[in-house]
Amino acid sequence: MLVDSPPQSRDGTTSAPPAPTAKRRTLRAAGLFASVGVLVLVAVASIAIGAKPMPLGDVWHGLLHSSGTANDVLIHDVRVPRTLLGLLVGAALGLAGAVMQALTRNPLAEPGILGVNAGAAAAVVSAISFLGVTSLTGYVWFAFLGAGVVSSAVYLLGGSRAATPVRLALAGTAASAALYGYINAVQLTDSAALNQLRFWQVGSLAAADAATVTKVAPFILVGIVVALLLARPLNAMAMGDDTARALGARPTRTRVLSMAVITLLCGAATAACGPIVFIGLMVPHIVRAITGPDLRWVLPYAAVLSPVLLLGSDVVGRVITRPAELQVGIVTALIGGPVFICLVRRKRMAQL
Amino acid sequence: MQRLSAESVTLGYDQRVIAKDLSVEIPDRSFTVIVGPNACGKSTLLRALSRMLKPSEGQVLLDGQAIHSLPAKKVARTLGLLPQSSIAPDGITVGDLVARGRYPHQGLLRQWSPEDERIVQESMAATGVGELGERYVDELSGGQRQRVWIAMALAQQTPLLLLDEPTTFLDIQHQIEVLDLCAQLHEEQGRTLVAVLHDLNQAARYASHLIAMRDGEVVAEGTPSSVVTAELVERVFGVRCQVIPDPQTGTPLVVPAAPRRAALVG
Amino acid sequence: MKAIRIPGGLSFRAEPRAMAVVGGLAVLALAAGVVLIGTGDFTIPPADVISSLLGSGSPAQDFIINELRLPRVLVALLVGASLGISGALFQSISRNPLGSPDVIGFGQGSSVGALIVIVFLHGGTVAVSLGALVGGLATGVAVYLLAWKKGVHGYRLVLVGIGAAAMLTACIHYLLTKSTLVDATRAMVWLTGSLDGRDWAQVWPLLVLFVVLLPLVLVYGRPLRMLEMGDDAAYALGVPVQRTRTVLMLCAVLLNASATAAAGPISFVALTAPQLARRLTRATGPNILASACMGAALLVVADWGAQRLFGESTLPVGVLTGMVGGVYLLWLLVTERRAGRI
Repeated sequence: MLVDSPPQSRDGTTSAPPAPTAKRRTLRAAGLFASVGVLVLVAVASIAIGAKPMPLGDVWHGLLHSSGTANDVLIHDVRVPRTLLGLLVGAALGLAGAVMQALTRNPLAEPGILGVNAGAAAAVVSAISFLGVTSLTGYVWFAFLGAGVVSSAVYLLGGSRAATPVRLALAGTAASAALYGYINAVQLTDSAALNQLRFWQVGSLAAADAATVTKVAPFILVGIVVALLLARPLNAMAMGDDTARALGARPTRTRVLSMAVITLLCGAATAACGPIVFIGLMVPHIVRAITGPDLRWVLPYAAVLSPVLLLGSDVVGRVITRPAELQVGIVTALIGGPVFICLVRRKRMAQL
Repeated sequence: MQRLSAESVTLGYDQRVIAKDLSVEIPDRSFTVIVGPNACGKSTLLRALSRMLKPSEGQVLLDGQAIHSLPAKKVARTLGLLPQSSIAPDGITVGDLVARGRYPHQGLLRQWSPEDERIVQESMAATGVGELGERYVDELSGGQRQRVWIAMALAQQTPLLLLDEPTTFLDIQHQIEVLDLCAQLHEEQGRTLVAVLHDLNQAARYASHLIAMRDGEVVAEGTPSSVVTAELVERVFGVRCQVIPDPQTGTPLVVPAAPRRAALVG
Repeated sequence: MKAIRIPGGLSFRAEPRAMAVVGGLAVLALAAGVVLIGTGDFTIPPADVISSLLGSGSPAQDFIINELRLPRVLVALLVGASLGISGALFQSISRNPLGSPDVIGFGQGSSVGALIVIVFLHGGTVAVSLGALVGGLATGVAVYLLAWKKGVHGYRLVLVGIGAAAMLTACIHYLLTKSTLVDATRAMVWLTGSLDGRDWAQVWPLLVLFVVLLPLVLVYGRPLRMLEMGDDAAYALGVPVQRTRTVLMLCAVLLNASATAAAGPISFVALTAPQLARRLTRATGPNILASACMGAALLVVADWGAQRLFGESTLPVGVLTGMVGGVYLLWLLVTERRAGRI
């Protein structure tokens, strides 16, 4: 941990978490179940609600017996892919953030610290300015490539196997600093690039189509599975490398796998819809306030609650300024921010 | 009237009350040791006595005044504390860390007098870290590090010194070293020491005054020989035992009963 | 650590290496400042610059130097030093190398204030500065109050700060998408951090604030060193923990807000200057003076580079602070790893 712990925990008698009783486990399982229910509701809402009002019957018709009416096409080509992308991206960002914070034992860690966003943005801005790529879907591979290359480089610079949380954070910050210098320089000398990048940078699901979804889905799905499998070894690592080794975990392998997963998830998510910083940073905090520090619960909860927040925000963004829409990156931050601050104030935040 | 006392204090963290209506007097020039099972509130009491924790009711008195109303630096010249957990700043040397103990005696224009220098040297010599002055604290072993922190508390030169589990993490040799050092400070320099210790036998050996706590209450206090009895140990710790005179010091020595082993040996 | 004693009982303590670093960086910053004054469409050799600054130059050069270029360099020096100090304070208070004002939302608050003025009110430079100042201070106060609960704790403050930062960043992005391309470009220049067109009107408020706050910061820097050992240990040594933290936080917010108002949220100076300074001095503690000199040197050198390195087009200084600071930090990480530190 890089920051000091709250004063309350100094006393030896209060710091030990209560042993998970059967009741607690049932409660958490029920909570997870309820969260899945909420997620389904939000997904349905995301398909049913949009800039164009549509009766529920039409939604149902479009989903099951599509016959090519205008509404059917809208459902098929726009709202379903958008909802699917929201689900994927939300889960990816939340999981990546939770893994990242567990790995670095730093509550400030978020995928952006690894240079994911800076790498993706640098690649996108280069593609726009030097290669003349203009379509949002054309950015995807560039963004993915940039995110992957930069986060790998940061990991290597951070010391790869010997990477400590501080080194990793500093390396990521340094790389981001250098890249944003470049990004800003390009934007300022090429106003066309600025004009496009400012819309990409907000983070939006609006450009989602079936092609984008199929492009990123395999990466994200693999990432989700591996991330969930990492819960146990990461739990062991929370107590330090030595304890982890004593418990039979393999810190180096866990660390390399975690980094790969983070890159995969965030790279794909950022490529698909631009940088959405809030979810990876804060959903893990919110989740830990509910579940405590056990990653076997934190990760599934993060995977379910993050898309709830993302899709929910997307729906809200579509409704409040109808017929225009507010980008999801903005709405998540404006809804999630106050919730997060409330939690920080009210609860003793669960430690990493 | 003793210099340091707690008057019917209620102590706790947030909503959780740990001790209610607790009154304790620390006899002047004593080596007081607080003992009790885990979570009995002994560290909490020490935190309150050292003003780290403000009682929700009642007050801690230092020289007859409420300790929380006194200026922080003034208190720090009278009462020192060795906390359970301290952070050694990155890349600090032993000498610099011990020197920080002089903080309450310094001012903006009087940052480093010859007296400061002398006291720091003495404190380091007294704790046996005099040779380590230029070494980095990160490089030291656990025992050495603990002695460095004690040296810092000594450099504070306070007539009252509070130690929160000073022997934790130390091997037996260093435990004895640290406690001998405390005894020496108590006997030769006439300082009042208050320590929380886990080991009842060590407490009985070194303390001149013992406070036994359970569930946030003082169960017994007095000289070790009057406090440490088989009946009391069972009441406080829930352990059946025999108390015999310590062959080295004559102080009470607790020998816990061992039902399983006894049966085996027959 | 060496002690300096003056008859009459006065005594001071200093680390020789740290003093040398502070001196060296200060000289570097000033020298770079002289070179920067000589740089521009009309080049002036350093010797002439110095004679003009000392009041014995030619009238034509005096005008260019004293009216046009000196204020810009002074703003650069002051902004760099302010950012360096505020970063050093934040990192020490939060005991986290990421605990810079950028991370916990103050920079973003200033940006939102400035962007509102640019996008909705189309105000001039002074109005933008004012907007940034109001935005930064309002954010500082809000974060502090939201984190207050029987005292402010470093951990809670940082968490509240990142929550606020996320919301404000969203506002920045939103404002950028809502503006015309011309306003967006102007906003982008401001967001990058620029020293173009800064004159005496920006120098005076910065200077006054700096002169008032620096002694305060230095006085409270001593207890701040104690805070590094944990709240308990510091408290036991008689450090007024809450007061120290509150006063220094306020100073850091004011310095950061005034710097941002003058030159925009110049990225990464606050984050990197203390880290770099610390590695040079190898001293514990917040390294306030070294961070200040490092920040000033970094910013002036970066501004010189931004004017010279890109051929015809001069870029805002923030472009370069990011690149220079970032690359230097990376280099340090690599070399330090080889040396086995960290």
